Amino acid sequence: MSPEKLAYMANQIGKFFAHQKHDQAVAAIADHLDKFWDPRMRSGILAHLDEVQLDPLVREAVTAIAARSSQ
Amino acid sequence: MPLIQETDYGTPESSAAEQVTLTIDGQEVTVPAGTSIMRAAMEADIRIPKLCATDSLEAFGSCRVCLCEIEGRAGTPASCTTPVAPGMKVSTTGERVRRVRRGVMELYLTDHPIDGFTSPVAGNSEFQEMAGLIGVREVRYGQDGVNHLHSEIDVSNPYFQFDPARCIVCSRCVRACEETQNTFALTIEGRGFASKVAAGAGEQFLTSECVSCGACVQACPTGSLLEKTVIELGQPEHSVITTCAYCGVGCNFKAEMQGDTVVRMVPWKDGKANHGHSCVKGRFAWGYANHQDRILKPMMREKITDPWREVSWEEAIGRVASEFKRIQATAGKNSIGVITSSRCTDEETYLVQKLARQVFGNNNTDTCARVCHSPTGYGLRTTFGTSAGTQDFDSVEQADVMMVVGANPTDGHPVFASRMKKRLRQGAKLIVIDPRRIDLVRMPHVEASHHLPLRPGTNVAVLTSLAHVIVTEGLVDAAFVRERCDAEAFADWAAFVAEPRNSPEEVAKVSGVPAETIRAAARLYAGARNGAIYYGLGVTEHSQGSTAVMALANLAMATGNIGRRGVGVNPLRGQNNVQGSCDMGSFPHELPGYRHISDSAVRAIYEGEWGVTLDAEPGLRIPNMIDAALDGSFRGVYIQGEDIVQSDPDTKHITAGLAAMECVVVHDLFLNETANYAHVFLPGSTFLEKDGTFINAERRINLVRKVMAPRASLADWEVTQEIARAMGLEWNYTHPSQIMDEIARTTPTFAGVTYEKLAQGSVQWPCNDTAPEGTPIMHMNGFVRGTGNFVITEYVPTDEKVGPRFPLLLTTGRILSQYNVGAQTRRTENVVWHHEDVLEIHPHDAEERGVRDGDLVRLASRSGETTLRARITDRVAPGVVYTTFHHPATQANVVTSDYSDWATNCPEYKVTAVQVSPSNGPSEWQEEYRELTQRSRRIEAVPAK
Repeated sequence: MSPEKLAYMANQIGKFFAHQKHDQAVAAIADHLDKFWDPRMRSGILAHLDEVQLDPLVREAVTAIAARSSQ
Repeated sequence: MPLIQETDYGTPESSAAEQVTLTIDGQEVTVPAGTSIMRAAMEADIRIPKLCATDSLEAFGSCRVCLCEIEGRAGTPASCTTPVAPGMKVSTTGERVRRVRRGVMELYLTDHPIDGFTSPVAGNSEFQEMAGLIGVREVRYGQDGVNHLHSEIDVSNPYFQFDPARCIVCSRCVRACEETQNTFALTIEGRGFASKVAAGAGEQFLTSECVSCGACVQACPTGSLLEKTVIELGQPEHSVITTCAYCGVGCNFKAEMQGDTVVRMVPWKDGKANHGHSCVKGRFAWGYANHQDRILKPMMREKITDPWREVSWEEAIGRVASEFKRIQATAGKNSIGVITSSRCTDEETYLVQKLARQVFGNNNTDTCARVCHSPTGYGLRTTFGTSAGTQDFDSVEQADVMMVVGANPTDGHPVFASRMKKRLRQGAKLIVIDPRRIDLVRMPHVEASHHLPLRPGTNVAVLTSLAHVIVTEGLVDAAFVRERCDAEAFADWAAFVAEPRNSPEEVAKVSGVPAETIRAAARLYAGARNGAIYYGLGVTEHSQGSTAVMALANLAMATGNIGRRGVGVNPLRGQNNVQGSCDMGSFPHELPGYRHISDSAVRAIYEGEWGVTLDAEPGLRIPNMIDAALDGSFRGVYIQGEDIVQSDPDTKHITAGLAAMECVVVHDLFLNETANYAHVFLPGSTFLEKDGTFINAERRINLVRKVMAPRASLADWEVTQEIARAMGLEWNYTHPSQIMDEIARTTPTFAGVTYEKLAQGSVQWPCNDTAPEGTPIMHMNGFVRGTGNFVITEYVPTDEKVGPRFPLLLTTGRILSQYNVGAQTRRTENVVWHHEDVLEIHPHDAEERGVRDGDLVRLASRSGETTLRARITDRVAPGVVYTTFHHPATQANVVTSDYSDWATNCPEYKVTAVQVSPSNGPSEWQEEYRELTQRSRRIEAVPAK
């Protein structure tokens, strides 16, 4: 899957939760990605974290998922 | 099974609480005050002759055959127009009334064909029956006088004819058009002897405003209006109650049969969704079941460029199983998936998702709700706690203000639209939020108080602005919010919507809706005793579709319009079983009953039932499947009853994804557009050929009953079962009722559902120990999630922007006579009303481009282009164009974009930046696609044995 498209979709999700307090927003974005995205979509972003344009909150959420995945 | 004939009580039921006791023909009868003598008599099994009366219409009192005598009163009053009174003594059979009735009937017969044996209504004519009941033995005046016996028959309508010679001008048809359908297409033209039923002003039925709902045909007591199939085939001999397979209203019909041949479909009076009414699709457009295009044998081919080869069921199923196993062995268990159908039954969709989860071992299951109401699921679950509409259809009778948002009920949900119009004519107010001036905005006897013709893509801004008015002008139902909703969430939301940037004055700048109109609409809705929201795909099919659904839910909670009759948030579901397909666990993240796949307790239920370990991760949604196909990680799909090439957005992307797969299995009635990219074709069965259930937009579970054997020998659920068996699972269902038993056993909201219960009448889920008779109204004593959750709905403009190259916004929809991709309705006489998709364009935009009405135009976007004819109309605002997606020759979705809802990936069909210009012929894509289709549909000749 195109990392750019996945990043675009993740940023869309991020915009919805952006009004929440920082930690809540990051958790909500990560939760949405967990609950609605097939694992290969999540890994598609994780594999290109350095290349894709992610909004800050989304990047934190995706990084949190990456950290959890590596545990 | 006999022919089902419902009791006709002659006049409508009275809803009065007060009871009145009277005597009719010596029999004591107690009925509600306001009941007519005719109805009271019928309640006591005393049948008074009648012609102009029927219980779906208000009493009219014109035919004079229902006369009676009342002790102490002079004359012979009409029993249909005379209400009962306490102590009244009525005689219906005295010689005086008998004599008058005979005389009246005799006069009718002087101007009526006397062709009892050869009449097309022979054996099933209310008029003939009444002549028999009244006892007419001669027509003393003969038929030599001036008469209507040789009047020209109007055969213009493809489904029914009007024979004026048989008409007695009782006005039942005219009143049915007014009271049942609320269209006012029919009238009585002329006076006295010259009076006659007319469609419009001297027009034929076909060219008049008649919408062919069939209400007039059903109301006609003489056969003057009669189905052409009855004229051709004769009267039916038995009937079976079943459920329509078109829109989400879910009308019940009597399939009236001769053996296994359908003679006609007649709306069932006891149907709880339709109460005896119908539309042109359900009533008449069922001929596709026998269309010559039906594929009745399984077919296969090695490559999609090969011609099809007919094979046995065993060979086809064997190929599906071996290919899916091979792909999984090569590319992993997550490399294949399924797409369930909202046109199939609950039992069938349940089995298809079960196939993915139990047999394939993954959650790659999705359904066409992905591209229509998936945001409804997300939005209503987040705010209220469950993924469904809150009301039953009958609730509209208590609504004082209706807010219709992004829906066009008169075209998309016509039977419910008739109920809406009736209520509006009774005085309810209407707000329409839609870029187009839909019919409800202004039509005979209905006019919206406010139409908000917003710019496509600005729903969330406008809905949030309505909330701004409600909060800042003190129109919140504080008591409701305090008692029923999350206080903190409300406080955050109220502060957000109150911000000046959400004011109507600011939102007017982006939406194009005048601030005062937004303010007036908000005041009207918030001030209603009962305010009801009805919405459609104009809300969901946006990049902020889920946000808009939550914005609607916020409005309902803030104004206390939830949890009782007359209010609520009501998604008007597109296809017949969208609700059911979602309920059945078709989504890749949810098991049946909307329980997330990550919930180990829920998984344990199915692991126990199915004997496998379930994957706890969500699977791919349809757009994700296509993307994954293009990167090689998704290689095979079983598609039951869907045509994603025609219905899903950005056609070129969809076809590229399908073409990249190794095994595409299409299970359908016809070689649809998706079948152009298939390797195996499995012939499907129509709703007439199988048992099962559909669930309509009001969560009503309705039985679908088989009236004929599957033409391809297997019902769809049997085909799925054969695939599972071929892949090694011992599925042994022998009837869909056993599948429903499994659903009830594993899904708490369906725990009380059985076929035996449904045979007694439909029920609305939740149906369980708490609500054994179902749940017509949700959230009455509290929200399913506990407290109502207000959600902040920040407006995020779509990235699909207009610009110099694409300066117009395209929005798409549907039309009354066609249904979804048109696979069914295009194969009926409905094409007489709509044989091609057309592009609606505003006169200013057309003039700027040198486009005249009827011109062929090129419609181009960043995704692709097509050509179609232009219709110049101010129904659309300047800058907006509109078309339908019913015809594959147009392929409107070659133009739509890949943008989708942030939460659900529901495509943004409603906003595509386009340009329109004059054209000389089909686009390059259309030419190429036409050739591809011709090549792809070749079927090898079967060698002679």
